[in-house]
Amino acid sequence: MTIQNDPLLSVENLSVSFDGFKAVDDLSFQLEKGEIRVIIGPNGAGKTTVLDLICGRTKATSGSIQFEGRELTRLKEYDIVRAGVGRKFQTPSVYEDLTVFENLEISYPSGRSVFEALFFRRNKEIIDRIKEISEMIFLDNQLDRKAADLSHGQKQWLEIGMLLIQDPALLMLDEPVAGMTVSERVRTAELLQRIIQSRSVLVIEHDMGFVEKIAHRVTVLHQGRIISDGSMEHVKNDPKVVEVYLGH
Amino acid sequence: MLSLQNRKDILFLSILAAILLIVLPMGLDAFRLNLIGKYLTYAFVTIGLVACWGDSGILSLGQGIFFGLGGYCMAMFLKLQASTLEATKNQSTPGIPDFMDWNQITALPWFWKPFHSLSFSLIAMMVIPAVLAVVIGAAMFKRRVGGTYFAIITQAIASVLTILIVGQQGYIGGVNGITDLRTLDGWDIRTDHAKYILYYAGVVLLLACLLLLRFVRKSKLGRILRAMRDQEDRVRFSGYNVANFKIFIFALAAAMAGIGGALFTLEVGFMSPTFVGIVPSIEMVIYCAVGGRNSLVGAVYGTLLVNWARTSFSESFPEIWTFAMGGLFIAIVLFLPGGLASLYQNYIDPYVCRILKGNGRQTSHTVDKAI
Repeated sequence: MTIQNDPLLSVENLSVSFDGFKAVDDLSFQLEKGEIRVIIGPNGAGKTTVLDLICGRTKATSGSIQFEGRELTRLKEYDIVRAGVGRKFQTPSVYEDLTVFENLEISYPSGRSVFEALFFRRNKEIIDRIKEISEMIFLDNQLDRKAADLSHGQKQWLEIGMLLIQDPALLMLDEPVAGMTVSERVRTAELLQRIIQSRSVLVIEHDMGFVEKIAHRVTVLHQGRIISDGSMEHVKNDPKVVEVYLGH
Repeated sequence: MLSLQNRKDILFLSILAAILLIVLPMGLDAFRLNLIGKYLTYAFVTIGLVACWGDSGILSLGQGIFFGLGGYCMAMFLKLQASTLEATKNQSTPGIPDFMDWNQITALPWFWKPFHSLSFSLIAMMVIPAVLAVVIGAAMFKRRVGGTYFAIITQAIASVLTILIVGQQGYIGGVNGITDLRTLDGWDIRTDHAKYILYYAGVVLLLACLLLLRFVRKSKLGRILRAMRDQEDRVRFSGYNVANFKIFIFALAAAMAGIGGALFTLEVGFMSPTFVGIVPSIEMVIYCAVGGRNSLVGAVYGTLLVNWARTSFSESFPEIWTFAMGGLFIAIVLFLPGGLASLYQNYIDPYVCRILKGNGRQTSHTVDKAI
């Protein structure tokens, strides 16, 4: 902890184009350790593409992504995960044919190679950790249920739990409260506020009330570029942001 | 106390073992029993399809490739055994297989030479299919080729292999295949007694493969495969190298298909390209679908039933059998996607559970897959 100023994630001049269309255009930003950053912007601004680039789902056309001193653009997806980057998808992605317990177990970071998985044995440490996580995500009495039988909100929680059990240094969430009922939304906000305290988080969210509650800093994307960046207060009063959201 | 699922697995395996090892040999004559033995060699392929297709969502329409390779490995060994100097003394080059001599080949090609050895041939019948599956798998899965595209490519490879074999009359017997096989290390495989022994050996090997696949499906690897089938990206972004898992299960299924093919050669006494190509490959998928692509024992019963129906049907109505088979496949896909195993699951399983219950409480946190 000697170099306090070293950012956890540093994105420089990142661009990607799909058939000539620049989805992300010369993007640069940094994320500090422990920072909670929310990315907002109108539809098609390139928000999800930025997360896709960081986690390796999309390959960058140019630019660099440094994470704890490692260049992510050259790594495979699974190596990026093992380096400590966790990603939640927009639609809940859980394994419907498996129980809640098994869903969490697969996400637990051990037995990841073919032969380790073949001879994997549950131990007390893993079971305890799964129970601990399941309490955090309100599913401790649902461990033996098939994920297919969970409600939409419960599936979102389960996927958040599957990320938590990996204990990533950087957590990326794509619209974590979308499609939830009001009461689920309140509990999710509570849950997210609890789990994001100890780590760096990159969130895409449209719910401004929620953004205001959690964000340390807000970045506004429009047509693949950053048009404003700073505190929620600053961003809200930026004429460029008002123009983008209201002008069209 | 064993969990309910474990007790059910023991029950299912015992029933299958009892039918194959006791009931059928007692009820059938040597000819019919040999037919059942032949059908069972296909079951090595269909249980591999349960692991590949049912569990992992990898539909291969080219399992005949691996069945055929295993069969050819065994056939090459047996052919060399049958081509002694004594037996081939009338040829212009004695000591080489007869079809080579007919095609003016004067020396044994290099790739035939290792097949003089029984142990090499036994290893090759599993390893060669598995290695080819690893090569195909690495080429496809690392590039994220899947679903229909994968199915079509496997089919194309099956077709290519058939054409290759047919074209190489002199080297591997061409369209006639490798025929006139007699002895396995001096032991005559054509007698009724030998057929009984081969039948029992086949059943024991099949049960061993079932147990091995049961272990794989119940491991964390089995759960990862099912997770991958439904949410491949989620598995990938949980830190797994998805392609390696697919390659593993595809190669395992290929090795088992190879064992099936080798047994087929032994029981039937020849091997030909008709067991390699597209048609047998698709038929294997139909056997698996009829039995139930999520059930290992279901796939074995499906294989037996469809083949038994084929034999009895085509004895009386040879020309409509292919239509009947196509219709059966369509009917299963439309009305019974889980195959015969789902009939069991819906109507019989509740009673079996009630009988087996007792004090076996399930505390495993696991949806155990039925065998």
